[in-house]
Amino acid sequence: MSLLITGGLVVDPSQNLTAARDVLIAEGKIIALEPPGRLLPEGRQIIAAQGLVVTCGLIDMHVHLREPGEEYKETIASGTRAAAQGGFTAVAAMPNTKPVNDNATTTRFILERAKLTASARVYPVAAVTVGSQGQALAEYADLKGAGAVALSDDGRPVMNALLMRRALEYARTFDLPIISHAEDLHLRADGVMHEGVVSVCLGLKGIPAAAEEVMVSREVALAQLTGARLHIAHVSTAGSVEIIRRAKAAGIPVTAETAPHYFSLTDEAVEGYNTNAKVNPPLRTATDVAAIKAGLADGTLDAIASDHAPHSSLEKDLEFAAAAFGLIGLETSLGLSLKLVHDGHLTLSQLIAKMSTNPARILGVEGGTLTPGAPADLTIIDLQREWQVEVNSFASKSRNCPFQGWRLKGQAVYTILGGKVVWQA
Amino acid sequence: MAYQRKDLLGIEDLSAEEIQLILDTADSLKEISTRSIKKVPTLRGKTVVTLFYEPSTRTRMSFEIAAKRLSADTVNLTVAASSAVKGETLADTAHNLEAMQPDLLIIRHQASGAPHFLARRLRCGVVNAGDGLHEHPTQALLDLLTVREAKGRLSGLKVAIIGDIAHSRVARSNIRAFTKMGSEVTVAGPATMLPPYLATMGVKMVYSLEEAVRGADVIMMLRLQLERMGQWFFPTLREYSATFGLALRHLALAKEDVIIMHPGPINRGVEISPEVADGPYSVILEQVTNGVAVRMAVLLLHIGGGEKS
Ligand SMILES: [Zn+2]
Repeated sequence: MSLLITGGLVVDPSQNLTAARDVLIAEGKIIALEPPGRLLPEGRQIIAAQGLVVTCGLIDMHVHLREPGEEYKETIASGTRAAAQGGFTAVAAMPNTKPVNDNATTTRFILERAKLTASARVYPVAAVTVGSQGQALAEYADLKGAGAVALSDDGRPVMNALLMRRALEYARTFDLPIISHAEDLHLRADGVMHEGVVSVCLGLKGIPAAAEEVMVSREVALAQLTGARLHIAHVSTAGSVEIIRRAKAAGIPVTAETAPHYFSLTDEAVEGYNTNAKVNPPLRTATDVAAIKAGLADGTLDAIASDHAPHSSLEKDLEFAAAAFGLIGLETSLGLSLKLVHDGHLTLSQLIAKMSTNPARILGVEGGTLTPGAPADLTIIDLQREWQVEVNSFASKSRNCPFQGWRLKGQAVYTILGGKVVWQA
Repeated sequence: MAYQRKDLLGIEDLSAEEIQLILDTADSLKEISTRSIKKVPTLRGKTVVTLFYEPSTRTRMSFEIAAKRLSADTVNLTVAASSAVKGETLADTAHNLEAMQPDLLIIRHQASGAPHFLARRLRCGVVNAGDGLHEHPTQALLDLLTVREAKGRLSGLKVAIIGDIAHSRVARSNIRAFTKMGSEVTVAGPATMLPPYLATMGVKMVYSLEEAVRGADVIMMLRLQLERMGQWFFPTLREYSATFGLALRHLALAKEDVIIMHPGPINRGVEISPEVADGPYSVILEQVTNGVAVRMAVLLLHIGGGEKS
């Protein structure tokens, strides 16, 4: 049966469209976009979207689904339910599972589990090096053949610049992007939060902004050398934004993402030794937050991704230094990001580009568009709906969210995957 | 035309006419190797020294056979890399050899430019039998001869060279040789093994074996040096041979009369499947035969004239 979404404001950055349109869907595909009233409702299931925004299904290009290996934190089923509930129709799953997704067999397992249990599309990101150990290249041709869309040693960056050069070249051979968690591990040392006034007051060891920036500089230089597609994950500092801005101006093939917590929180959130605000890269200063917003506005930062990193109380209910890095984000990402639109930093179309169209382009996957023939992945958003963050209502198995109790404006009210409603508020 | 060179250091120095002359000379000398007495007196009384700093049985032997068929006397000096480090310098070795008044010195050395270094210092001629990553001109000449025999021409052919271009002197010489003779060269391999500035040598670069061999008249597979795996140029032999190893199924993409070449020694099942290496399209053994003919031609053109010695 076909589905007609009527009366909504359609926002599709891929065709530069922000206009009232009815959307017709059948057999899992977008069939037509027409001005209101032209498509007849008879015999069709209707979603009345008056006052709502109808847009391309959101894509979160950086999440940790924890399956296989740490199913007590999250599974492909629970993580993608959280995605659907947060308005996402697709996620890119980082490879730091147990075992690490550095081989075609694990990639196939993830896709098989996704086929059986997922509420969103799952795009596996495979490891750059065997076991993400930074010692030997993984088999990229094999991984791509199995369905990997990108490569990353997220959380365990490749410290050897020669190996990273070869990885970029080898990835270029198969047209795979490398997603860099840009962090110099020697400079990070045993730091646990941003190095600054707050870390000094709290007596916690610091992670300097430079630990990220020296690595962003290295990656940019290697992207220029190799011509490979490089994507910088979770940019958190003003300096990184500037390095990427200059790299793009010089025509170097680099893209970048940031996460909602880097424009919503500062290192002050750590006060009280709040382990839910312990994340890597760490929450930075107000100056960095302003630079991240400026980088989003001028296009330096192409994407917003949550870096959804579920941990249980076993990893978080600990003294600050012993707690794991990471926070969950799939169910707050849209609400936090819409604040950028409400506050005038981004247009709605710019935001959707960063949360759907650009991630699809960077990963080279379908979606991020409502052009006829595209998969019918859509998110319907109520921009005005006010809601309160309540972690106990989350579909995620984990609760490590620093936004508990926050009041947010704007929420996904329908998430439609392949023409089927997978979430309705 | 007359061939006037003292040294043969690389294809880069040769004109198309000189290449043509060497090939034509090789053609005319080839018949000698089919006689029951495979020897002519042309270079009687001449001395050819082969100085090899890298182990290479087949190139050295090919030069030696070539010299013997022309009645030149040959002396072989193989210097182990380790003893060269402790021992005398390259210049001292060469001057000592020259004091014995050879007519031609044939050198292989792991350092790119070593033959050029000697050529500047010695009165006798120097022939490069492979220098580092730089050139291996007689290999390219024998490859040209093999292709010309098979195709009847060299211009307008599509030549695909596959493998570790970055570390291959055979590739550099062949790229220069085939482009000079009017062929169109495409190189393919993982980007780790395709130096980014290669395009300036007038070749097309692709990262897919399939794309490179599509419509090819000639497919030349390079030997994969297995130690490159430990240096991160590719992850595993299995993946290398699955992505850049030539198998029967690829031949269907090429021209119907495609020929398959390999400078040897081959890694069976790595860069080339046994079915391809031994199949009817393979001219790998013709390459070896033509190696002797081309080296005879080089010797003759360099020291057969009389006035230079
Ligand atoms: Zn990371």
